[in-house]
Amino acid sequence: MKTIENVSRRSFLKGLGIGSGALVLAVNFPEFVGMPKAIAAGQVSKFEPSVYVHINSDNTVGIVVHRSEMGQGIRTSIPMIVADELEADWQQVKVIQGLGDKKYGSQNTDGSRSVRRFYFPLREAGATARTMLEQAAAQQWKVPVEQVFAKEGYIHHRSSGKKIAFGELVEAAASLPVPDPQTLTLKESKDFNFIGKSDVALVDGHDIVTGNTTYGYDVDLPGMEYVVIARPPVLASALESFDASKAKAIKGVIDVVALDNLQEPPLFKPLGGVAVIAKNSWAAMQGRDALDIKWKVSEHKVYNTDTYKQMLKDSCDNAEAVLRKKGDVDTALASADKVLAGEYYVPELIHVPMEPPAAAAHFHDGQFDIWACTQTPQSAQNTVATLLNVAPEKVNINVTLLGGGFGRKSKPDFIVEAALMSKRRGKPVKVLWTREDEIKNGYYHAVSYQKIKAALGPNNEVNAWKHDVALPTISSTFAKGANVIGGEADLGLIDMPYDIANVQCAAGKATAHTRIGWLRSVTNINQAFAICSFADELARNAGEDPKDYLLKLIGKDRQINLAEENAKYGNYGEPMEKYPIDTARLKNVVERVAKMSAWDKPRAEGKALGIAVHRSFVSYVACVAEVSKKADGKIKVDKVWLSVDCGTAVNPERIRSQMEGAAVFGVSIAFFGELTAKDGVIEQSNFHDYPIARIADSPVTVVDIVESDDLPGGVGEPGVPPVVPAITNAIYELTGTRYRELPLNKMGIV
Amino acid sequence: MITLTVNGKQHQYDDDENMPLLWALRDILNYKGTKYGCGKGLCGACTVHLNGQPIRSCATPVSVVGDQKITTIEGLSENGDHPVQEAWQELNVPQCGYCQSGQIMSAVALLKSNPSPTDEQIDIAMSGNICRCGTYERIRKAIHRAAQLKIDVKEQS
Ligand code: FES
Ligand code: FES
Repeated sequence: MKTIENVSRRSFLKGLGIGSGALVLAVNFPEFVGMPKAIAAGQVSKFEPSVYVHINSDNTVGIVVHRSEMGQGIRTSIPMIVADELEADWQQVKVIQGLGDKKYGSQNTDGSRSVRRFYFPLREAGATARTMLEQAAAQQWKVPVEQVFAKEGYIHHRSSGKKIAFGELVEAAASLPVPDPQTLTLKESKDFNFIGKSDVALVDGHDIVTGNTTYGYDVDLPGMEYVVIARPPVLASALESFDASKAKAIKGVIDVVALDNLQEPPLFKPLGGVAVIAKNSWAAMQGRDALDIKWKVSEHKVYNTDTYKQMLKDSCDNAEAVLRKKGDVDTALASADKVLAGEYYVPELIHVPMEPPAAAAHFHDGQFDIWACTQTPQSAQNTVATLLNVAPEKVNINVTLLGGGFGRKSKPDFIVEAALMSKRRGKPVKVLWTREDEIKNGYYHAVSYQKIKAALGPNNEVNAWKHDVALPTISSTFAKGANVIGGEADLGLIDMPYDIANVQCAAGKATAHTRIGWLRSVTNINQAFAICSFADELARNAGEDPKDYLLKLIGKDRQINLAEENAKYGNYGEPMEKYPIDTARLKNVVERVAKMSAWDKPRAEGKALGIAVHRSFVSYVACVAEVSKKADGKIKVDKVWLSVDCGTAVNPERIRSQMEGAAVFGVSIAFFGELTAKDGVIEQSNFHDYPIARIADSPVTVVDIVESDDLPGGVGEPGVPPVVPAITNAIYELTGTRYRELPLNKMGIV
Repeated sequence: MITLTVNGKQHQYDDDENMPLLWALRDILNYKGTKYGCGKGLCGACTVHLNGQPIRSCATPVSVVGDQKITTIEGLSENGDHPVQEAWQELNVPQCGYCQSGQIMSAVALLKSNPSPTDEQIDIAMSGNICRCGTYERIRKAIHRAAQLKIDVKEQS
């Protein structure tokens, strides 16, 4: 399969806003397996990948962004990559949001992989267009192509100083054969105009500050009805009866209808319940609140956080699924001079993107036109097609801006609800989730319990590491009864990077009672919390400096080969040869973050530091947190330093902002994040009982990006995991108390 | 029938008078720059100005507003060049951007009453506005920058 085709004359370009006579290149991307495996097992089917660059005769350069913008800056970063190789002037770039279509390849915007997966294909796309424009100019001037070069939107002739604008060459360029990718010359990194530079303003910046943006919540279709749904408080409960008389009496309420009950597994299916249809959002919300509903409560009513926690704890002791095994931990533990143990608990968490899920749909002429804040338009397309019995080609998914995603919006259940309701009503509808809906009926980050034991020798050297975990698995969302983790183990558990002779990681069973999903950084959150906390505990036990000890634990420079240790490691879908677990890079970020935070210097009275390092999404991030006690005795995170090695840093400005966001996200988890269940019902409902870090909780954040020509790694997620243990390790330094359970506000210290 | 004055423009409103201003703005009058985040006065995404004072439009019924002057993000400036908007762009404050209309409206109100606030004063004034993406540090910086820009504007004029 050719990777780049000249498709200037193809009919399917209609509707993309591309003028005739434009030079259009289609880039085919290699197919890949996503991560975690459990996620891929869900809805993702096969793709025929491609993305488009076009240059119009009016000199504009259209670049299709086929990934979803949710704050990571991808609508800026993708055009930067293409425009750089193309030698376009930034002013001529027009960003076009791609519809959900398998021709783009994976559009599943999660797993921190938009730049990682598409960096080279996008550069090739730009270089191909540039090369063809150069050839067209050379032909026109009747000079050898070696004598011309592209710069800032023009092709220049070296000796004569002549130049011609891209737009004037498109007609000629469009008739040329596409050069063999082998013949393309990609730019050297020293010649980059945009890649690696921090001065490109956000593509959507002006629209955001003027309120001129369209998120899923903002979509407005002519004649549209508003829908708010009362979903079962306990997962998979059936509707017994409902009284809609009060709801219907509310001004603006049009109708109230029952939805089909959910049959497990949940997948991305609607949860069922009762839908209120109204003339505006407010009436729909009021109507929903006025419903009187009786549920046939499902078996999941047994879910209570207290007893569940005990169950998880016990399950760790019966962790039979061995996921990594090196040497013999049991013998080492039995013959140890000393055994150190730690138990860690991280509660159930939820995404709370500032914009709750929302989708608008219009079913007409046998097809669905849909607008949604989705991280994964193709999964939305396929799920709607499957559940509503139409061909995927009959489902058009328009991707709006996302008011945050964090993994919630890669589950298209809310989009199916909109499609379903539009079909039922025969009208355009918009389904809105309230904040309460988002918290009470989510796809949750699994509550987890973990036990780590280390066998120590006479000089406190670590001879064995035994890590047992228990948590409900994401797989249960896709296969009823699944009760042992799969892909979650690859996210910071089995890839523990310390150099220890005997290692064993194992998982116990846990039955899920809510929909388990993935939240930014996924199980790296809890697994890094346990591992990085325990490393600190080992250091304290040995009476050594935590940073020095951490470097010693990581050990010599090497690439860790987990296959030799009976572990099947997914490596975020990347080959190990290209993206090894490289301990030298891990140590490097530790050294750098120590240096920038002046780790070795004594702190002012009442301040203390903690350190942690973690590799995830094939990037390496080390964090130092500085904490202090406020006048009221409560603890505050004053400052966070992050050193990140994500390989080639395409958009350092957005990498910095992602790291700043990660620090705040980490504070939210450490301080506040906790959902609890009572009789199967999630007890929290809004920001008053599920608090998020506010500005006063937000640390000053200093970010260091390692300069590197290595392959680009993830950015959106890797910042979060080390932040939480860096904070609790700092609190230990400050107070002498070790916090192994989150969140800290429950302990009354924040 | 109520006459609502939004960004200097008058609108006849004859829907539910108990409807929070947020929904009247968004669904009835089509000012979608003002966002919903919680509906309970907890997050600040819906912040607009009523006679220049910041209010939570999700918790303010239309009946209470009456004929008072409402300013939304769309009405802050003609061309998006209010010093706060400029500072926000200069520092690339937004991530997803969803909370930012509310943040900007709160920041504008703060600077009106306190032209050069300290970090602590910023933290207090902005405490009602949640940003899940975590742009707080840049918000602080951008407010300082806007304060600077405002002074520059004044000195020029
Ligand atoms: S929507 Fe009004 S404060 Fe949250
Ligand atoms: S920028 Fe996303 S919530 Fe603030």
